[in-house]
Amino acid sequence: MKTFDYRRADTIEAATHANGRFIAGGTNLLDLMKLQVETPERLVDISRLDLDTIEERDDGGLTIGALVPNSDLAADPRVVAKYEVLSRALLAGASGQLRNKASTGGNLLQRTRCYYFYDTATRCNKREPGSGCDAIGGFNRILAVLGTSDHCIATHPSDMAVAMRALDAVIVTQKPDGDKRRISIHDFYRLPGDTPQIETVLESGELITHVELPAPPTGKQVYRKVRDRASYAFALVSVAGVVEVKDGVIASAALAFGGLGPMPWRNPAVEAAIVGKAPSTQAFEAAADALLADARGYGSNDFKIPLARRTLIATLRDLTA
Amino acid sequence: MTEQAIDTAERPGGLKRAVQGQLGAPLPRIEGPLKVTGTANYAFEDAPANVAYLVVVGAPVGAGTIIAIDATAAEGVPGVLTVIHDDPRMMAGEGNSRAMPSQGSRQIFHVGQPVAAIVADSLAVAREAAALVRVDVDARAGRYDFADAPVDETPAIGFLPSVTKGDLDLAMRDAAVTFDATYSTPAHFPAALEPHATLAWWDGDELTVRTSNQVIGAARGTIATALGIDAAKVRVLAPFVGGGFGGKTGVGAEVVLAAIAAQRLGRPVKVALPRRDTAYLVHHRSETRQRIRIACDHDGHISAIAHEGVAYQNDDSGFLEPIPFGSIPLYSGDTRVFRTALARVDLPPTGAVRAPGEAIGTFAIECAMDELAEQLGIDTIELRRRNEPACDPTSSKPFSTRRLLDCYAEGARRFGWPDRVPDPGTTRDGEWLIGIGMAAALRGNFTVEAAANVRLEPSGRVTVETDMTDIGTGTYTILAQTAGEVLGVTADQVDVRIGDTNYPKSAGSGGSFGAGSACAAVLLACEDVLAELALRMNAAPEELVLRDGCVTAGGREVPLAELARGEPIEGRGKSSPGQQAKRTSQASHGAHFCEVAVNGVTGEVRVRRMLGVFDVGRVLNQKTAANQIIGGMVWGISYALGEAAVVDTRNGRFVNPDFGEYHVAVNADVPQIDVHFIEEIDDAANQVGAKGVGELGISGAGAAVINAIHNATGVRVRDVPATLDTLLAGLPPV
Repeated sequence: MKTFDYRRADTIEAATHANGRFIAGGTNLLDLMKLQVETPERLVDISRLDLDTIEERDDGGLTIGALVPNSDLAADPRVVAKYEVLSRALLAGASGQLRNKASTGGNLLQRTRCYYFYDTATRCNKREPGSGCDAIGGFNRILAVLGTSDHCIATHPSDMAVAMRALDAVIVTQKPDGDKRRISIHDFYRLPGDTPQIETVLESGELITHVELPAPPTGKQVYRKVRDRASYAFALVSVAGVVEVKDGVIASAALAFGGLGPMPWRNPAVEAAIVGKAPSTQAFEAAADALLADARGYGSNDFKIPLARRTLIATLRDLTA
Repeated sequence: MTEQAIDTAERPGGLKRAVQGQLGAPLPRIEGPLKVTGTANYAFEDAPANVAYLVVVGAPVGAGTIIAIDATAAEGVPGVLTVIHDDPRMMAGEGNSRAMPSQGSRQIFHVGQPVAAIVADSLAVAREAAALVRVDVDARAGRYDFADAPVDETPAIGFLPSVTKGDLDLAMRDAAVTFDATYSTPAHFPAALEPHATLAWWDGDELTVRTSNQVIGAARGTIATALGIDAAKVRVLAPFVGGGFGGKTGVGAEVVLAAIAAQRLGRPVKVALPRRDTAYLVHHRSETRQRIRIACDHDGHISAIAHEGVAYQNDDSGFLEPIPFGSIPLYSGDTRVFRTALARVDLPPTGAVRAPGEAIGTFAIECAMDELAEQLGIDTIELRRRNEPACDPTSSKPFSTRRLLDCYAEGARRFGWPDRVPDPGTTRDGEWLIGIGMAAALRGNFTVEAAANVRLEPSGRVTVETDMTDIGTGTYTILAQTAGEVLGVTADQVDVRIGDTNYPKSAGSGGSFGAGSACAAVLLACEDVLAELALRMNAAPEELVLRDGCVTAGGREVPLAELARGEPIEGRGKSSPGQQAKRTSQASHGAHFCEVAVNGVTGEVRVRRMLGVFDVGRVLNQKTAANQIIGGMVWGISYALGEAAVVDTRNGRFVNPDFGEYHVAVNADVPQIDVHFIEEIDDAANQVGAKGVGELGISGAGAAVINAIHNATGVRVRDVPATLDTLLAGLPPV
């Protein structure tokens, strides 16, 4: 562990000007610092900022403070009643202790759980740009089959962010110059390409202050997480789905996926394959085809492709039942 | 001093006449309140003034020679006190009473082999500096892939002799029915929750080591050997150990490094291996390949049985996973072959982890029996019954006690086995496929030399002293119950002092021999006290009745405190293995029953309920014994469904050396587990009549899960863990 400087920020402005890595719950960052995967010179503790409330807006949506703990968000009566997919996704993640500490903003920025990212004796372009990727050609069972590049096949580990992607969340930030941005979650993450170390569009010193959920969607909501054990395991495949059936026809659908790609995954072609159609195995298979058209396995993660297909079909059946 | 080898199957007189009703009672753990209030002090929690912290630096490659170690940058980090890299006493790996690793070695046997250590004022500084040590190596291509490693069919290492009786090929050729299948199991980490922690300090030329270790009597000798000093100058303390699972049976290189550092600095030094380092510095269980061959008639009567395996080891270690251990006395059949071949690799050392041999060997043999039963169209329990031997089928010795058939019958009745639908893949609950399976459990019984002191104090309380450990198993409690039973006091009147090599040397916790051996020594020590009490009562020992703190003889009842007459009455006992271990075949037995649900879409497996019925001789404490068995059954679920330490065959590094990705079963994976004992006191086993418990629970447990998966899905899993991807292809279409 490298010696680091610690500052506590009393205001958002001070945080954005403090020129360091933000830390809130620390459930991910501290582990990575102990392993020297992350070696920030300065930590800026934002945990005392006044960003821990959930407010209902006039348009019926929710504005969630970046410091709202995962457990509080999952248990919020408005979230439980109207954004069930989010509550379920949160509760499917980590463990009770971790959810008590983990923050909403931090969860969006979790680093990958790629085995090689964690082992500083191996090559990893995300940890050490330009060093190479030992996951390709290595053991990659939990890694990505969509959106990968020759430089990185890491997955994004969050469950929460997958649900937020299905809910069209907006991430609100503040930059050091005081500018505030509202970034759609669909534009928030970046594909690895040849710069896998850059994971989001956030700029230096830019702080996530809130996450906005649009007015509650109509239709049935499901979060299905497939994993290697019943708790405390990251998704091999997960599906966050919001689907409305009207008069026997799928009127709307929002489907996002975890465990498959470098970001919470969403592909409009998947939804287009079923919207306007009556629920049927054929339609669901078309959705799976659309999702997995460009999927590529790397050996030990090949199984994710048939697993994702089966899970999506079963989840759509559940959503339209 | 009452010394006794176990030559006759006779109980000590004190136990024969005991009436206090302590032994066997389901008493809660004596030390439980300390643990749940966080006041039980573990090795790393001791914080003497001026303590320094040690971090181990490992070899960057798995094969080659160290050319030079440059610690200049590390030494320059403020707070670094010393860097150790050239001390000839440094061990290249783990030492134990049977084998020592190389010391001061320039040769590299595996990745992470300790090559240096940083000692600093703080843990953070030590870790930062450790990353700055430059190790120049002349690397060679390593043997990192078990599948391709060279195999020695007749290895010189390992403690389990090969068995060859009869002509296997002939028997297979002549049989009406034959079975031949190959199974595999991955590497397993011991995965104790408490880190491998040590605090070492010197007082003149005397060393004290506070450490997390299962067998401190042996550890003392190993530490002394490594340092080249007299064992009498070494004291090892381990009053609380937070799980061992075999991984704390030896002495790790970091223990000796801490002693060297403490000597060099003249101040106490402590070390706790970070989780990822335990993968390289602590032994693990080898990956195995196992071939089972069985020949039988159409009714399932076995004429030949062979269990042959391959396990790996590096060039600096002497252990070999005794793969067919549990199969040797299990089923009848005249022709018998049991052996383990050795694959030489350049990987971290393999060693005893949770029932070495049996845990993974019973997976293969018990899945094979299930497959054979299906092939024959015979109920899987019935096939086992038909092959239940009258005496040990390999050695021809009589069994000391064996209630395996009763375990099958009682388990089948309690679990509802007759209602099971034998056709696989036919029972559904919504999306879930439901199946039931079973497997036999067997774990060889051992008793080892153990000594103890028992003292009747002037207050009437009793003190037990021995260097046993309690690794979460209930040692404190059963020792109190044993002494209390014989001396006529309740267990709360007994003070148990263990985990200190200043006390008489005991068995330690390993091989499931701890409880039986240590309690035997306590019983013999009690005989000394009883003899003295008889003198003071003017009676023969057999006339005494001890109950509720009083001794009665010849119509006189006298409190123990009064008989002590202001001075403690000392007893010393020592039990050792004798003729009974040679004359009889001894093992604990059991039967596991398991119901699983397999998700028909995803292949996720969830265990719904599990039951085990066990024959362990005398049950010393119904609660702690069941507790140990349940723990073993959880490990069975764990290796059947999740555990796999994956080696990157390109570089000999572990891919998943942490609890995030090395998947042990978590609470949500474990359903209601019921344990039932069929108790028959085994007087041939040891003076207390108890056979081993600790490792029996895992034996066969994984096979029961796998056999249930077959009943649920029709998929035969021969390579554990049965992660969902291994089942996907066999599931119905969605």
